[in-house]
Amino acid sequence: MASWVLTAMDLACQKAQRTLFEGVSFSVPAGSWLHIEGGNGCGKTSLLRILCGLSPAARGQVLWPSARHALRLRPDRSVLHYIGHALGLKPDLTACENLCFDAQASGLALSREQALQALAEQGLQSRAHLPVRVLSQGQRQGVALARLRTSPASLWVLDEPLVGLDAQATATARALLQSHVDAGGAIVMTSHHDVGLQGPGARLQLGARGAA
Amino acid sequence: MNALALPSPWQAISGVLRRDLRMALRRKSEWLGAVFFFVLVAALFPLAIGPEPDTLRLIGPGVLWVAALLASMLSLGRLFEADHQDGSLEQLALSAAPLSWSISAKLLAHWLISGLPLVLLSPLLGLQFGLAPEALGMLALTLLIGTPVLSLLGAIGAALTLGVRGGGVLQSLLLLPLYVPVLVFGTGAVDAQMRGLGGQAHVSVLLALLLATAALSPWACAAAVRLALE
Repeated sequence: MASWVLTAMDLACQKAQRTLFEGVSFSVPAGSWLHIEGGNGCGKTSLLRILCGLSPAARGQVLWPSARHALRLRPDRSVLHYIGHALGLKPDLTACENLCFDAQASGLALSREQALQALAEQGLQSRAHLPVRVLSQGQRQGVALARLRTSPASLWVLDEPLVGLDAQATATARALLQSHVDAGGAIVMTSHHDVGLQGPGARLQLGARGAA
Repeated sequence: MNALALPSPWQAISGVLRRDLRMALRRKSEWLGAVFFFVLVAALFPLAIGPEPDTLRLIGPGVLWVAALLASMLSLGRLFEADHQDGSLEQLALSAAPLSWSISAKLLAHWLISGLPLVLLSPLLGLQFGLAPEALGMLALTLLIGTPVLSLLGAIGAALTLGVRGGGVLQSLLLLPLYVPVLVFGTGAVDAQMRGLGGQAHVSVLLALLLATAALSPWACAAAVRLALE
């Protein structure tokens, strides 16, 4: 796999005239992870959204790994997969349909069998044909994580990926994240849990400076 | 693992379209509400006005057009709101396909669900007003061209008021002036047809409106949605 790097330079974020953080710089090369830590309301989610290109930074710049163009203005889901607080699941569709339609809607090919296999690997095979609205919060999180398994993106941006998962699902999710890093992908995430990823990685403490 | 599978915008469009249609089939109450509203308004008018055939024939096209316009506005609220809340809109914005394409697909799905039933029902409801066959045909034709324009214009309003509290009121205020030309030319065409003048000129203007909004609205919506996601 080609080597690439996600670089953030001197990022600052302002919300409602208040500076959440400033002077945040880091780089995440392929095959490594970054765990963003900090208390509630210190701007972790805002930072992730800036990294995804969903929100503009008040100052600073993000350089995305590019798959097809030398200079990419905005990352898309062929290179970056984002799971936010809102999981992007449709309550009226089944877990399997959610995976298939979501992949197609973002222009990626995914067969029904691949979707079912991804759900089975996440331990949700018995829930694959239930509407997402009847699933528990943890199971919905599991469906969102199963979507990661079908993603071609090498950079994963995850907002609290382990929230609501039981012990077994947490272990499965950890293994998934670890295998992604081992395979040369990269992960940027926030989590109040200790995810315990091995390999090259870093922790970033938000709110240590600036927002005092 | 790597991005070797190049994403295809056409696949994205058909994906969004099929997903929205599938969801509409699962949750019929959302779009059936607007259709029933249209039928109710059109059915109540003749009862309230009285059985004067001349009066009914005179007001028929206008009543049906206003009812279609209001029904179209009723169904607009949920166009982007549900996607915004469950995070699907973020995923669409990150999609490898251009957001304006995905939004075009959403709009097409929205019109098929909430606009097309009005067009198909309009000749039947027009019979209650004693409209002549050629007027019924012209009414259905103008609605066929006009309701997509209403959806396309309304989507801009829905996207601009996305996430705004009390957005429904703001949306109505924004949209009503934009809806007026569609209403004027839509009813004008039927009226001209009924007077034996032929409605071709009005229909041409409606078609021009459709082309202009179809070309511009998805881009305006995409820009507004990106703003709302910030």
